[in-house]
This record gives sequence, structure tokens and C-alpha cells, in this order.
Amino acid sequence: MDALDLARWQFGITTVYHFLFVPLTIGLSVIVACLQTAWHRTGRHEYLQATKFFGKLFLINFAMGVVTGIVQEFQFGMNWSEYSRFVGDVFGAPLALEALLAFFLEATFIGLWIFGWDKLPRGIHLACIWAAAIGSNLSAYFILAANAWMRHPVGYEVNPETGRAQLSDIGAVLSNPQAWSTYLHVVSASFIVAGLFVVAVSAFKLLRSRFHGDGGTPGEVPHADERELFRKTMRVGMIVTLIAGVLVVFSGDHQAKLAAEHEPMKLAGAEALWNTEDAAHFSMFAVGDTDARTNVVDLDIPYVLSFLATGEFGGTVEGVNDLQEQYEAYYGPGDYTPNIFILYWSFRLMMGLGMAGVAVSALGLWLTRGKRLPESRWFYRAAILALPAALAANIFGWLLTEMGRQPWTVHGVLMTADSVSPGVSLAEVALSLTVFTAVYGVLAVVEAGLLWRYVKAGPSHLVPPKDEDAPDDSDAPVPAFVY
Amino acid sequence: MDLVTVWFIAIAVLWIGYFVLEGFDFGVGTLLPVLSRDDTDRRVMINSIGPVWDGNEVWLITAVGAMFAAFPAWYASLLSGFYLPLLVILLALIARGVAFEYRAKVDTDRWRAAWDLAIFWGSTLPALLWGVVFANVVRGVAMGPDQVVTAGLADLLNPYALLGGLTTLSLFTLHGAVFLGLKTDGEVRARARRAVPAIALVAAPAASTFLGWTQLAHGNAWTLPLVAVAAAALVLGVVLAVRGREGWSFTATAVTVCATTVVMFGALFPDVLPSTTDPAFSLTVHNAASAEYTLTVVSWVAAVFLPVVIGYQAWSYWVFRKRVTRAHIEPAAALGVPAARSGAAEAEQ
Ligand code: HDD
Ligand code: HEM
Ligand code: HEM
Repeated sequence: MDALDLARWQFGITTVYHFLFVPLTIGLSVIVACLQTAWHRTGRHEYLQATKFFGKLFLINFAMGVVTGIVQEFQFGMNWSEYSRFVGDVFGAPLALEALLAFFLEATFIGLWIFGWDKLPRGIHLACIWAAAIGSNLSAYFILAANAWMRHPVGYEVNPETGRAQLSDIGAVLSNPQAWSTYLHVVSASFIVAGLFVVAVSAFKLLRSRFHGDGGTPGEVPHADERELFRKTMRVGMIVTLIAGVLVVFSGDHQAKLAAEHEPMKLAGAEALWNTEDAAHFSMFAVGDTDARTNVVDLDIPYVLSFLATGEFGGTVEGVNDLQEQYEAYYGPGDYTPNIFILYWSFRLMMGLGMAGVAVSALGLWLTRGKRLPESRWFYRAAILALPAALAANIFGWLLTEMGRQPWTVHGVLMTADSVSPGVSLAEVALSLTVFTAVYGVLAVVEAGLLWRYVKAGPSHLVPPKDEDAPDDSDAPVPAFVY
Repeated sequence: MDLVTVWFIAIAVLWIGYFVLEGFDFGVGTLLPVLSRDDTDRRVMINSIGPVWDGNEVWLITAVGAMFAAFPAWYASLLSGFYLPLLVILLALIARGVAFEYRAKVDTDRWRAAWDLAIFWGSTLPALLWGVVFANVVRGVAMGPDQVVTAGLADLLNPYALLGGLTTLSLFTLHGAVFLGLKTDGEVRARARRAVPAIALVAAPAASTFLGWTQLAHGNAWTLPLVAVAAAALVLGVVLAVRGREGWSFTATAVTVCATTVVMFGALFPDVLPSTTDPAFSLTVHNAASAEYTLTVVSWVAAVFLPVVIGYQAWSYWVFRKRVTRAHIEPAAALGVPAARSGAAEAEQ
């Protein structure tokens, strides 16, 4: 173990952790904004309940996204100073734009939304959650453009005098095909997570009310009105998931084509394709021997990989061994092969777990058609499990992306080993890795516990169900969320 | 003026924005256990900064992002060179941000007491450590020709830097007390006002010594009047606070924080991270900067969007301009106490 390994572990752990909250922020902010818009338009009390309920869960999640994000920004300088020195000129610009254009928008308007329920006119208050939602979705673009640049560097040149990368065309960086393709893929994957979050919460509430009777602890079993509410939100979540599911496949296919073009090693690794093939097979299941650099068992479907990578059934797909030789010839001796085992299984788990969640939603839409609710407990359980599956799919997607880029931080330009901070000692990185992991672990438990409590308590805890006999108070101010 | 100087100023402006704004919410966090007598008092204090603290913190994110874009070598050497203090700051900011959001969400004393502690330390440690970091930047650190900082933790804790830390901590606490006088009412407001002279007893000597030392050791002709401005505004702020002129007093402490930051950046220029090993190894606005093209791009974006940001942030302060009082604090919406039937909850408190 040296400082490099620990810095890599720290980056992986903290970034994966950040990305547990980010997809929910991206997707749920929009879903909550839509629910509030529905309340604004129709004045129906149940939409207000849904807005407040999912809004609360959104905020519990949002806080974690914010605090873990700050670590990300500092980490480049703290652990990867040589990287920062080398690419700051290109990479820092989108990060600065992100803070200025997106984070300010989001942070300011979230504050206005949380505290402004009874202070702002309703239309303006609604605009605040939209501004925050737009901020989240905008912030993702800049950071992903920065990340996409590391996989497919464009719009820069290396200054021979300083030896540093220098921005030459910001337009090229922001319109990098890798950037918008990644953006589409990540945002649709995020909406799958957010949609399934709404589905899982609704399914949990329905499960309780249908199978655990109405006699439980008050507040834990949904009020009779809430069944209709959660049937509706469950369908909303399913529709969101399904639409996002279609987009994720198209953009994922595009990602694979870009990988074939710009990072062939990653695609070959993801398929455990050791040798270059025409009409390459898409592997369904493989057991490889990474030392002998070949597969022992391989079940596959012909032509599919070629089609995925090139759009033609007979297209040539380069294999790991051939690429390794080419890279050595070009960049000099060294190991240019990423961890094939991880890439191969990450790719499959991303697609499998993510699409399983989408399938649950498709099935659910059918089972809840008309005014129906599924009879079997199994459906509700599957709907709840779909959420962790989708989150895991996202993580496996990032493992594929980031580990597939190894040994490079900037593909073909800067090696990971040359990116690390030379002045930071092993002890320092070990300390920060330990502390972050511990703190993040504790916070995960706290966060999950809070979500659990608030889901169990349900919307009536935040906004009481409408009392039919009470005078109409639909114009009365809605109490704010206060700390 | 050349572009690198413009960007040096822009980064100073972002840090000023950060210290002036987050300065008072750090102060409120530090004063949380001091000025409160019960949970409702604490909620008054936290709610006085509730809507704005996250927006204030984005000034930090933007300042650091802008350093990354405009002066990559500064960003790289500073962040890796001040590893441990920054680690503590990050942990503190994490604890604090989560605490604001989670504190009111479970209705037990133990839960709240734990998060109150997180708010106190999460505000106090960064308030102290930012001063330590910036004083060291002004003073310079051991750094070789490869721009790698070789100073250890013990080197960073020198008397000048510790004085810098005491200065930012006490100034932010003062700024926070004045803010609470402006933004709350009743007992908290009265206690905050009484606290001002006591805090000033630390802040005034600390800040004047630190500023004097900075001026003598690193200052130049135009930082001198700013030292005077900082000192005068500090005295004025305290006097005005004691007299109950809260709006003006807050303006004065804001000027103090602003002028102090300007003095530090002014003393630094044209270096951005001086080397005590050999001045020839120092990072300057020239050798640490990005190329002209990047600077031009970020200049345009900043020129267009920074005013917009300032506009909507100012609007959000205006929306929440009213004082927060005990009467505004709704009974805990935390679990266990349904918001609707709140009579019982109120009686409990
Ligand atoms: C619910 C999550 C989810 C689902 C169902 C899918 N993906 Fe994905 N995928 C991601 C979530 C994700 C991700 C976590 O968001 C990644 C990581 C980086 C990125 O761009 O998106 C990713 C990366 C990623 C990459 C690597 C991009 C690169 O490094 O250049 C490829 C090739 C694909 N995906 C392809 C697919 C295909 C063909 C799918 C068809 C079923 C698919 N993904 C479904
Ligand atoms: C949020 C989603 C992301 C996840 C889950 C993620 C995951 C990872 C993981 C697991 C590693 C370690 C890989 C290894 O060491 O083999 C890594 C490395 C890295 N990633 Fe990402 N990443 C994400 C986004 C980004 C973004 C947006 C950037 C750039 C802006 C980025 C830049 C880097 C860098 C600089 C490293 C360190 C060098 C390395 O070890 O490869 N990552 N990431
Ligand atoms: C490794 C690179 C990354 C860095 C440096 C980074 C930086 C940050 C920072 C500083 C925050 C806090 C903002 C605040 O205080 O308001 C944040 C939050 C957030 N980030 Fe990340 N992030 C990274 C990866 C990602 C990725 C890959 C995405 C999306 C695809 C993303 C999307 C978000 C979102 C939606 C938030 C929500 C909170 C907010 O914007 O305030 N981040 N990030």
C-alpha cells in the first residue's frame, strides 16, 4: 500500500458515496416540483400532502448530497495535486462554472423553498422549487462535462513550455459528444432511481395498510385517504422510471459506441473480449483466466457486440491483448489493461440490476391499471427491492467508467500514478481515508434511520388529512418547514 | 490591469463574500450554547440563519472552484500543503450542514444535544482554522522549486498563524452576535447585545495586533489605510451595537471582516503562496495562473452571472428580513408530535 492506493480508495469511496444522494436530488427535485405544480393547478389537498411528504424525504437526502460534495471539490487539490496542476486550466473552468451557475441557484432557492411557504406568494414559491430543480440538473452537466473530458479530452493543447494542459476551446469541452451522451445516460439513470424511490416508498405504505390491518400504532398505518394517494404516487414513480428506462438504454448504447471509438480498452474489458473479432459475440456469462488472458467458459450471442459497438453486425471490435500491444508500441512499455474482472461484471450488474427495476415498474403499471392494486405481497416487496437495485446499478456503472479508464486519469494524456500529490504522506491519506469512511458510515445510518421514520410516519404527520366538515381553508398559508 | 491581477481580485472578492456571509453564521453557531437558555432559544438562533447558510457556503465552493480554474498551481499547492487543517474544516462543515437539517427531525433531548454540539464545533473550528490557513498563506510556507509544500503541521501552528486564527474566530463571533441582535427579538436579542462588548474584549486586541503585525511584516502603502478602516469599523460596530443601532452595527462589523480580508490579500499580492525556503520558489499570480484563454472565458461568465447571483441572494435576504422570535417557532414538527395537534406539544416545552 502506498499513498497512491489509499488516495484511489478514498476517491472511490467518497465519490460513490456522493453519488448515492445525487441521483435522488436530481430526480426527486423535479418530481416534487411536479407534485407541487399539480397542487398549484388543481388545489387538490392530496397533492399538497404528497409534495410535503416527498419534499421532506428529498430534504433529508439533499443535505447529504451537499456536504459530501464539498469534499469532492477539495479532494482534487488535496490528494491529486499533480493532476490539478496539470489540468486545472481545462478542468477547473467547468467546476467554477458549476458553482457559479448551478450551486448558487440551487442553494439559495432551496432555502427560499424550505422557509418561504408562508412568506412568498404561491406562484413564486412554486418557482423556487423549480429553480432548485433546474440548478441540480444543470450542475450535473458541468461536472459530467469535466468527467467526460477525462475520458475523451478535446479543446485543449499541452503547452510545451510549462508542460501543462491548456484550454483552447471551451465550446468543444462543453459540447463534447462524450459529455452530452454521458449526461443523458446519468440523468436518465438518476430518474430511474428517483422514480423507484417514489415507487418503493408508496409500495411500502400500501403494503402496511393492506396486509397489516388498520389497527397498528397510529401514524404508522396510512389514513384511509392515503391509499388512494399512494396508489397515485406509485404510478407516477413507475411512469417516470419507465420513460427514463427507455432513455437509459438508448444513451447507454451510445455510450458503448463512444467507448469503442475513444476507449476501446474499456469496452473490450467490459466484454472480456481478449482478441480482436469481426462479428463479435456479446458475452452472456464468462469465466476468465486473467493470467492467461483468455476465457475458460464463455456463453455468448454472436453479432450483438459488434452491433453494440459499431452499429454493424459485422463490425470489428478490438480485443484486450491486441490493444495492449498497440498501446505499448505507442506509449512505451507498461500495463495498459484495466481490471477485466471488475469491468466485465460491473457492466452486467449495471444493466441487469437497473433494467430489473425498470421491469418492475412496467409490470406495476399493468397491475395497477384502472383502479386496481396488486393483490400479492410479492409485488410490493419487489417494488421495494427495486430501489437498492437501481442504486447499485448506478454504482456499477461508475465503477465501469472509472476503473475502465485506468491506468489513465486523462485518457492517453496523464497516468493515475502521476496524478497523486507528492507532498502528502501515507499517514495523512490513511488518516483522512479512515476518518471519512467512519464519518460517512455513521451518517449513512443516521440518514437511513431518519428516512425510515419519516416514511413510517407518513404524510398526515406533516399535513393533516382534509377534514370534510371544517370550513374551506385552502387559501390559508401553508406552514413552512422550520429547523 | 492585466487579467491575472483581475482574477486575483476576483478571488479576493469571493473570499470576502464568504467571510462576510458565512462569518456571521459561524458566529451564530459558536454562540449557540452561550446565548441560549432553552431549546426554543436555540431554534430561534438556528432559524435566523436557516434560509441562508447554504447559499453563504456556496461562496466558498465558488472561491475554491475559481482558484482551481484561474490559478491551478495555487489550488494544488495550497490544498495539498494544508492537508490536515483542511481535513478538519471539511469534517466540520459536514457535521454542521447535516446538523442544521437533521436537528429538528427527531424529538428527543439527546438527539438535539448531539447536533447542537456538531453545530458548535462545526462552526467554531472552521472560523478558527480559516484564519490559521490564511495567515500562513500571507506569511509563506516552506516550499521547494517543485511547488510542493514541505511545511509540517507544527510549522503551520506558529504564533502569527494562531493569532490569525484567534482574529477570525473572534471577529466572526462578534459579527454573529451583532447579527443575532439584528435578526432576533426578546431575550436572545438582549443577550446578544450584552455579549458584544465581552467578545470585543478579545476581538479588538487580537485583530489589531494581527493587522499591525501583518502590516509591519508584509504590508504595503495601500494596505495601511485599510488596517485603519478595519480597526475603526470594529470600534464603531461595538459602540453602535451597545447603543442598539443594530443595522449600522452589522454594517460596521461586515466592513471589519471585509477590510481584514483585503489586508491579507493585499499583503500577499503579487505572490499567491510565498515560499520561505527561497523567494524564487514562490507561487505568484504569474507563475500559478491559467493561460489567457481560460481567464478570458471565466471572466465573461463571472461578469454576467455574479451580478445575477448577488441579485437573487439579496432578494432572499429581503424575503427573510423579519426578526425571528419565539412566537414564530412552531412546535416541533419532529416525529412523535403531530404538527396538527400542537397544543400538547406547546405545553410540553
Ligand atoms: C440505473 C442505472 C443504469 C442502467 C439501467 C444502465 N446504465 Fe449504463 N451507466 C450508468 C447507469 C446505468 C451510470 C452510473 O450512470 C454510468 C456511469 C458513468 C456514466 O456515464 O453513466 C453508466 C455508464 C455506462 C457506460 C460507460 C461509459 C463510459 O465510460 O464511457 C456504458 C458503455 C453504459 N453505461 C452502457 C449501458 C447500456 C448499454 C445499458 C443498457 C441496458 C445501460 N448502460 C444501463
Ligand atoms: C459521481 C460519480 C462518480 C463515481 C461513482 C466515481 C467513481 C470512481 C471510482 C470508483 C474511482 C476509483 C477508480 C480506481 O482507482 O480504479 C474513481 C477515480 C477517479 N475519478 Fe471518478 N467517479 C465519479 C465521478 C467522477 C467525476 C465527475 C470526476 C471528475 C470530475 C471523476 C474523476 C476521478 C478521478 C480524478 C479519479 C482518481 C484517479 C483514479 O483513481 O482513477 N470521477 N472514480
Ligand atoms: C467528483 C466530482 C464532483 C465534485 C467536485 C462535486 C462537487 C459538489 C459540491 C461542491 C456540491 C455541494 C454544493 C452545495 O453546497 O450546494 C455537490 C453537490 C451535488 N452534486 Fe456533486 N460533485 C461531483 C460529482 C457529482 C456528479 C457526478 C454529479 C451528477 C451527475 C453531481 C451532482 C451534484 C448534485 C445534484 C448535488 C446536490 C446538491 C447541490 O447541488 O447543492 N456531483 N457536488
